[in-house]
Amino acid sequence: MSSLVTAAGELTSTSTGEAVTFWILAPVAVLAALGMILVRSAVHSALLLVANLFCVAVFYLLQQAPFLGFVQIIVYAGAIMVLFLFVLMLVGVDSSDSLVETIRGQRLGAVIFGLGFAGLLVFPIGSAIDGVRGDGLETANTGGNVQAIGRLLFSQYVFVFEAVSALLVVAAIGTMVLGHRERDGGPVGQREWMRRRFASGGQVTPLPGPGVFARHDSADTLGLLPGGGRASGIGGIPGIESPEPAESPEPPANDGDSALAGAAGKGVAGKGVVGKGDEQ
Amino acid sequence: MNPANYLILAALLFTIGTAGVLVRRNAIVVFMSIELMLNASNLTLVTFSRLHGTLDGQIMAFFVMVVAAAEVVIGLAIILSIFRTRRSASVDDVNLLKY
Amino acid sequence: MTHTPVHYAAASGAFSLSWLLIALPLAGAAVLLLGGRRTDRFGHLIGTAAAALSFVVGVVLFAAMLGRSGEDRAVSQHLFSWIPVNGFQVDVGLLVDQLSIVFVLLITGVGTLIHIYSIGYMAHDPARRKFFAYMNLFLASMLLLVLGNNFLSLYAGWELVGLSSYLLIKFWEYKPAAATAANKAFYMNRVGDVGLAIAIMLMFATVGSTSYADVFGAAAANVIGYGTISAIALLLLLGACGKSGQFPLQAWLPDAMEGPTPISALIHAATMVTAGVYLIVRSAPIFNESQAARTVVVVIGAITILLGCVIGCAYDDIKKVLAYSTVSQIGYMFLAVGLGPAGYAIGIMHLLAHGFFKAGLFLGAGSVIHAMDDDQDLRHYGGLWRYMPITWATFGLGFLAIIGFPGLSGFFTKDRIIETAFDKGGTSGYLLGAVALLGAGITAFYMSRLFLMTFHGRPRWSGEGEDARHPHESPPTMTGPMIILAIGSTFAGGLFVLGHSMQNWLEPVAGEGVEGVHTFSPIVLTALTLVVVAGGCAAAWLRYQARPVEATARPDAEVTLVTVAARHDLFANTLNETIAMRPGQFLTRFLVWLDLVGVDGLVRGSAAGIGGLSGRMRRLQTGFVRSYALSMLGGAVLMVGALLLVWGG
Repeated sequence: MSSLVTAAGELTSTSTGEAVTFWILAPVAVLAALGMILVRSAVHSALLLVANLFCVAVFYLLQQAPFLGFVQIIVYAGAIMVLFLFVLMLVGVDSSDSLVETIRGQRLGAVIFGLGFAGLLVFPIGSAIDGVRGDGLETANTGGNVQAIGRLLFSQYVFVFEAVSALLVVAAIGTMVLGHRERDGGPVGQREWMRRRFASGGQVTPLPGPGVFARHDSADTLGLLPGGGRASGIGGIPGIESPEPAESPEPPANDGDSALAGAAGKGVAGKGVVGKGDEQ
Repeated sequence: MNPANYLILAALLFTIGTAGVLVRRNAIVVFMSIELMLNASNLTLVTFSRLHGTLDGQIMAFFVMVVAAAEVVIGLAIILSIFRTRRSASVDDVNLLKY
Repeated sequence: MTHTPVHYAAASGAFSLSWLLIALPLAGAAVLLLGGRRTDRFGHLIGTAAAALSFVVGVVLFAAMLGRSGEDRAVSQHLFSWIPVNGFQVDVGLLVDQLSIVFVLLITGVGTLIHIYSIGYMAHDPARRKFFAYMNLFLASMLLLVLGNNFLSLYAGWELVGLSSYLLIKFWEYKPAAATAANKAFYMNRVGDVGLAIAIMLMFATVGSTSYADVFGAAAANVIGYGTISAIALLLLLGACGKSGQFPLQAWLPDAMEGPTPISALIHAATMVTAGVYLIVRSAPIFNESQAARTVVVVIGAITILLGCVIGCAYDDIKKVLAYSTVSQIGYMFLAVGLGPAGYAIGIMHLLAHGFFKAGLFLGAGSVIHAMDDDQDLRHYGGLWRYMPITWATFGLGFLAIIGFPGLSGFFTKDRIIETAFDKGGTSGYLLGAVALLGAGITAFYMSRLFLMTFHGRPRWSGEGEDARHPHESPPTMTGPMIILAIGSTFAGGLFVLGHSMQNWLEPVAGEGVEGVHTFSPIVLTALTLVVVAGGCAAAWLRYQARPVEATARPDAEVTLVTVAARHDLFANTLNETIAMRPGQFLTRFLVWLDLVGVDGLVRGSAAGIGGLSGRMRRLQTGFVRSYALSMLGGAVLMVGALLLVWGG
């Protein structure tokens, strides 16, 4: 790392290598961030954020903070983002956002204040950049960055460290409390779980991602019509018929009409089956 | 290159994170935007640490990371429990506490 | 003080008991009011006994006073210190002198008679005890008024008689007319009372005391400027006009007839309404100093004479006619006392005579009303003399007395007033004398009309049918006082005039009556007056006896403009409403409007403004987290901008 910095002590500009790296990765970081807030799919957002985090990690490495850089990669880009993706999957990947704004003036305000904020932050820094003098971290990092941080952490910042540790413990307990669900009744076996899952007759799997049409029709990939409607009653699983609302409750006097309706429904279902057959 | 360019980059990233919080409705994406803002501030801290020649900034960034981890865990748990009761992860749907 | 106060002898002997005069009826009132229902059965007896005892004390004092020499007859008794403030010492004391003892005898004497009369008159009223309690309260107040030795005591009595009058006018408060009349009397009296109050304040401001001794001493010593003393006199006159029902404050007195008839007799004919005359005579030293004030007094008296007479001719309500007759007769008294030292004693004489015959007339009217089942309309009477001879006789004597039939009271006293008015000399003397003479003629006309329509002519009521009337003579408790008052009306005037007894008696208080140059010789004037009176009576005879009287009055459209005006009190009520009530109402409405729109508007407006603003600002609380985030960002931008401005320069 120290080889990246030309001189110890006074620091007015960085090495060429660092500059090159910065000028390559800074646009990537900005574009990744922009992409993160602009793409519709939350999963894509998460992946773009990971890219951004990696860039930032490299910037840490460039700035003589190897410990933080690796922690960033391991903890942030690794653990935390996996957690994000995990929750995303739990919530349902089809819940991609509609980007149509519903709060009046929100987007305009966001743009105006955002640009104003950026301007207020960037331009003063830009004008103050000339003649910025830095000390460099060679002296501080003597004997290794990790060792230096460890020394500080367990001497000067030990109480803060302990407090933050307590915070982590509290967060862990809090998560368990929040995620805990009281079970009514005794333990539920697999048979009971399955019965509950399928007897209600609703959606048994997470919804498929958008754009998945009736190329398959199974319990995990439903056959959907181009409009997003369901091709068949309940996932097309053979042997489990969804109750047809048009058939059962109608009095015999309307028999002809209901028979027609039922035929129409079956026709649609049949199409789904045909489609499936074609695929096969 | 002037090391202060990192600060400009951090400011841009922070602003982008802000914009994300303001325009996105998916609670998880909003949360990710907040992470982006935290990262931008961490980058500032590390840059200042370098300019000052002391490690205190890095220590601070380290603590920020730890707190962010705790926050993410709790936040995601809250989002999950809301989703569990309302079948929605949109921050606009949670708007009962109003006039 | 540069002047010497008027000297009054100290109280001793019988005079040290003079406080009993007030205390007895006051105790009666207290017992009856505090005793409540328990005293219902015998309350009227207690009340009558208190009045009678007070009368006895008055007689004893009168006898004691007769036994003294002229110098020592005025006795001042210090009772207690009322308001002892550094520069303002008000002691309550009683002044028993020639003037007040005359009033004491009139008040307690007529009062006792009317108490007795009321026993019969109010026999069937469930609240008779309360009635007697109020009557006793009135007696005590009126005695305080005439016996006080300073203007503040007089003022206290003045207000208390106002209160008693109010309570008694609205005695039948379930009658809206009575309640309204009581309020009207109270309000109009307030106007006068304000004048009296300011007059007393002026006295204190200029003389530093309100006692008669100091004030009159100062007035006699000419230490008060002419303007100030005129102002005091005019303000006193305002108070007197209010209490005595004189122009322009006369409108309440006829309405006050809504009260029970004994009250009309005692308070609104014989005693209370003459308090104004008493006030002027008592304040003679002040009025003597102000020619302007005296002129105003006579002008008011003259106007009131005519006003009362004219309106009296138009009314068909027996009590209203008598009420306007009272207004007119008090006008005579004002005219007399306004003429200065020459007239004070004559005014008081007429007052006393009037007290007798007007009380008698009212009691007679009450007897008639009682007999006719509370019908007060003259046009429903007629031929009653056959059914109630005692009432007819006593009423007739009162009637003859008021019109000035030779030998009866009114003949002596009213003729003296007319004579004194003419004797004033000059054009004003002729004018005032003519007014008084004309008034005598009209008085004769309307009193004859009243008398003839009531007791003579064809009966306009029927003894059969749905509203059958059964006129009957009243019980002895009622006829007794009527007889005594009739005797008084017959002889009092002659007694007063005999050897100038009354003038001599009152001389220390009212000053020496200056025997002016006679404009006409008394014989000529008496004859002239008699001719005018006879003319009035004859006109009434021709109009109401020789021709049959309609049982219902003709509508306004068929009578002359003068009659219409008279029927409407010469538009006095309209005048009051236009001058005082409407502007007051407008002012009140304006103030209410100002309060509602201005003051309340400010308060409510600010509340509504804040409420509305909050209602609008409440909408900012959308419940959308992102909106809050946006406002946070806005705040952050402003903060950063401000910091850059401050630091970045």
